[in-house]
Parts: sequence; structure tokens; C-alpha cells
Amino acid sequence: MISFSIDGQPVEGKEDAHILEVALDAGIEIPHLCYNESVKPYGACRLCLVEVTRKGRSKMTTSCNYPIMEGIEVFTGTEKVLRARRMIIELLLSMCPGDKLLQEMAAGMGVREVRFKKEEEKDCILCGLCARVCDEVVGAHAIQFASRGDRREMIPPFGEEAMNCIACGACVVVCPVNVIGMKEEGDERTILRWKRTLKMKSCKVCGNYFAPWFQLDKFKEKAKLPKDFYDVCYTCRS
Amino acid sequence: MIHSEIETIIERYGSRESAILSILQDIQAKEKYLPREALEHLGGKLGIPINKIYRIATFYRAFSLMPRGRHEVCVCMGTACHVRGAQRVADQIKLELGIRPGETTKDRNFTLETVNCLGVCAAGPVVAIDGQYFGKMNSAKVDGTLKKFRSDKKKKEGANGKV
Repeated sequence: MISFSIDGQPVEGKEDAHILEVALDAGIEIPHLCYNESVKPYGACRLCLVEVTRKGRSKMTTSCNYPIMEGIEVFTGTEKVLRARRMIIELLLSMCPGDKLLQEMAAGMGVREVRFKKEEEKDCILCGLCARVCDEVVGAHAIQFASRGDRREMIPPFGEEAMNCIACGACVVVCPVNVIGMKEEGDERTILRWKRTLKMKSCKVCGNYFAPWFQLDKFKEKAKLPKDFYDVCYTCRS
Repeated sequence: MIHSEIETIIERYGSRESAILSILQDIQAKEKYLPREALEHLGGKLGIPINKIYRIATFYRAFSLMPRGRHEVCVCMGTACHVRGAQRVADQIKLELGIRPGETTKDRNFTLETVNCLGVCAAGPVVAIDGQYFGKMNSAKVDGTLKKFRSDKKKKEGANGKV
């Protein structure tokens, strides 16, 4: 275990842990959007910025991907940190002005107006969480960043329908600003942002549509399951 | 691009996943762009998901996913060229070719690109076509310079006063 301090409070974390996860475990709140414990930290949203003092030198860094070290001092609420965070939330809010969560966070930090050019009411903030979940948790590899700089966007390859997408909806759930969207109509499920529509399979017992055919076929192929494994839905099985 | 060509390129790098950039560069050098089916085939061969390959291919400006023209026209927009009127040269080329930077003419003869410095500021405004440099450019010289690279049919039209 490595011991260090956050805002003067002594804390302990595992060898390969990062500041943010240790802080959250210890009940210390650091605002964050692109961090999710089930995927590797990425440091895209920059909201989890903290000041770290190590060997007498202080620097600003994202806490989600800063590895913990013996004896470092972390400060989550210095004037410098708060000022930087206000600017970041203002910039994020200009990318997605219509989002409730962002608005609340901004208000909590004392940002009253956005001075930058506002984008569409609700748009992606390019945190990359959906793609990381798709790659690391789901393993479907359906979407990724494309281009760079001000042209950067999160799209399926070639900007078309995401052919690898299994319409599991994991990206829809993790998206911090809720811009992906899923729709179920009759026997079809659509992931709106990735333009992916898949036919659903119905349960042999209750008759409800419970998962897309394509998804179940992928699961069966990966786990080498018998052909009739998914004839019955998850609820009827248990 | 046929699959065997791609496989020859992949084998040159020992089918290593880490060689993806070099492989893409070789495909780009051969085809002048990255054809979609080449990327898909490459992903299958190296075991790299297509979303990752697409990310790499769109990140670097050296790669193009659209077919390129036979001749690449690079207009320098660096500071030295800019103050000597690079914008006017660029506008004239746009007008003559009927395309914007990054685009290719319909007959796939020219691709227009703007770059930030070609390193010959003393000769500015500079235009480079297929690596051949044309210095001290102005909008009046554009037509004559482009004519050298026009296809035969177009050259004749140009001689009749129409381009």
C-alpha cells in the first residue's frame, strides 16, 4: 500500500492506483466526467484537475490518470485548481449547452454565463468514454475518434453505420451528456448516433424481444455456446 | 488494390501490429490514398479492429481516404508567402481548377492542398507541384504553371484560349 495525503487527510491506495479512484474510495469528491472505474483512465475531460506537490514541487495534473506515489500531497480545492476548473466547465458547457449535469456542475462552480461560441444544444464533448467502454468492456470495437484538433469527432469507421456495433447500449448508459440515444420499436433496436439498427430476437417462453440477433450470434461465437443457448430470455431463464 | 499487394507490404514488416503506420504509408505511396477495402483487409490480417485503423488513418494529414489526383498542387501559406500574396495565388488556383483545398478535380488530374511552410521563404509565394517548386508566383502565372501538368486534351483546349 502507498500512503499519501489528499487535502491534508492521510489516505492509502494500491500499488498501481491513480489519485481519483483513491479519492473517491476515501469519500473525497473530485468532479469528473470521462472517468469510469471499469475502463482505463484517459484524462480527456480535464475536470478532475488537482494540484500535486511532490518533492517540494507543485504541479497541476488530471487526477484520474496520475499514479499515486509515496508521500505526495494532493490538493483538490486550491484557488488555482478552482480557477482552471471553472474555465474547463465553461468550455465544456459551450460544447453541450443543453445538458443538465453540465449546467448543474457549472452553477456549483460559480460559472454563470458561457463566453464562448455555443455549439448545438446537445452535442458530444469528446470525452471518449463510449469508445473505451466499447473497446475494453464490450469488445465490439464499433466506434472511435476520427480526425484531430477542431475536426475531432466520435464516429463509426467511415462515418457510416457502425457495422461492428452489437447494439448493447453500453455507450448510451455511460455517456455523461446523454447524446447517443437508443430506440426500440417493434422488433428493431436502433442506436441513434451510430446509425445502427438491428433486428431483435424474441423469447420462446414470454415472447418479449430481448436482444438483437447479431449480438447473440456474436456472444455464441465468442463463448462457443450451443446453438439454442439464447432461445429463452434472461428473465425467463432464472 | 489487390490483396496480394497488401500482403507483400505486410510481410515486409513481419506482420507486426506496431508496423501499422509504415504499412499505411506504403499503401498510401502506392495508391496515393488509402482505399477502404485495403484498410479492411489490413485489419483482418493484423488483427487490428477497423475502428482503430480508421482513427489512425484520419489522424495524420499524410494519409488520404479519398482518391488523389495525378498531380499534387501545394500552395504555401506560410508567413513569408502570405505577406507576398499567397492568398491571391491560392484563390486563382481554386478558380482555375474549380476545387477547394483538400479536394481533387473531377478528371482526377489535380489535388489541391495548402501547407504552412515549404521552407523556401526567399522565393515566396511558392507553389509546389509534385515536389517541383515554382517561386515568385502570382495569379497571372498560375495558368501557365498549371498547363504544364494538364492532360493532353486539356492542353489543346488551353491553346484555344479556353481552359
